[in-house]
Amino acid sequence: MTDPLMPRRHEVHPVSRWPEYKTSVTRSPSLPLLSMESTPSEETGPRFGHSLIGPHDNNLIVNFTQGADSAVGERIRVYGQVMDETGRGVPHTLVEVWQANAGGRYRHVKDTYFAPLDPHFGGCGRTLTDDEGRYEFMTIKPGAYPWPNRANDWRPAHIHFSIFGHAFGQRLISQMYFEGDPLIDRCPIAATIQDRGQLDRLVAPLVMQQSRGMDYLAYRFDIVLRGRRQSMFENRPEGM
Amino acid sequence: MVQPTETLVETPSQTAGPYVHIGCIPSFAGVTGVYPQDLGLSPIADGAKGEVITITGAVLDGTGWPLRDAMLESWQADAAGLYPEQDGADPAVGGFCRFAADKDSGEFTLRTVKPGPTRGRNGLQFAPHIALWIVARGINLGLCTRIYFADEDNSTDALLARIEQRPRAETLLAQPTGNGEYRFDIRLQGSGETVFLDL
Repeated sequence: MTDPLMPRRHEVHPVSRWPEYKTSVTRSPSLPLLSMESTPSEETGPRFGHSLIGPHDNNLIVNFTQGADSAVGERIRVYGQVMDETGRGVPHTLVEVWQANAGGRYRHVKDTYFAPLDPHFGGCGRTLTDDEGRYEFMTIKPGAYPWPNRANDWRPAHIHFSIFGHAFGQRLISQMYFEGDPLIDRCPIAATIQDRGQLDRLVAPLVMQQSRGMDYLAYRFDIVLRGRRQSMFENRPEGM
Repeated sequence: MVQPTETLVETPSQTAGPYVHIGCIPSFAGVTGVYPQDLGLSPIADGAKGEVITITGAVLDGTGWPLRDAMLESWQADAAGLYPEQDGADPAVGGFCRFAADKDSGEFTLRTVKPGPTRGRNGLQFAPHIALWIVARGINLGLCTRIYFADEDNSTDALLARIEQRPRAETLLAQPTGNGEYRFDIRLQGSGETVFLDL
């Protein structure tokens, strides 16, 4: 039997209904969630092996052309560590990313923004964390883009992250923003997180010491997943 | 003052947005050639033990309109009630599946084997169920729910028993429509709102 997950701290997460983010108004449950201690359905989860990952998967600059050409844009390295709430690294877990190109256009059948597609950029990448939970991607800095919400809303530059952890109840999708972007404070999606200190945790700092001259700038983005509660009073065989 | 607690805090969620498919189901977005195939195409391989079933449904917003941009993930035990990591689990059941609402109709389909009943700590019993996680534009934190089956004995299930308003438990029951097929609609808000979970 596995250990229970620590209860989710909803106060750090966005509110589900935020009128300035119009789509959330009809897509947010109005009744309370049903809370109880996690069960095996949340405490187990899918595992993915290294055989899944191709040699270019974590390099979005070249993975759309399988290394034949490079995407246009400011070359960046995004790196960090996936940990759980106990502070331990989460090893060998799948991290997936997706993003717009340098002009703010997504390669998606439903994106109709008139900024051009980059013929050398797909916009997705994935990797497994190492033994300590560390990961890295090479990519180009995504552009900001306007989106249909209020009359003139723009998304700050961002990279979407999807992280599995080792339990289905740890599943998380979030977004990484970039240090110094003036659009963060104007974004109604970022504003769904009510606690500014929590939103700051999604803003990746520029780290010059990890950047490479004449090549790329580096941004650090650490991620924390739910942890497991461990007590000497639990998980013992019956009768002990 | 007191000693600081040693725990970190989970990273805040942000919406998956309308283009979640690029990262999670690239071929749906029209992105091909990066990966050999999409991840999580099926929760079962050939030879999986148990009854093969197909669950069809839609995710409906507060106006009753189906979401065309939702992505769903499912996780389940095998026909004997064992999860893939557990001793003796059916090696043909991966347990995980990823699927999207159709971009025109909003309908989704999950083909799998019906899971067996499972047990949790302290002898808690759970009727056959599939855990479901739903993300989309306008959903700021992924929504968790479960698919139970109206044609199973759900009377001793520890989660369903905690639903105070008994009729709301029916929102978690897939309804058989014949030949191993089921219907399961998810209502995000309003009349018949699905029970969403915080486990």
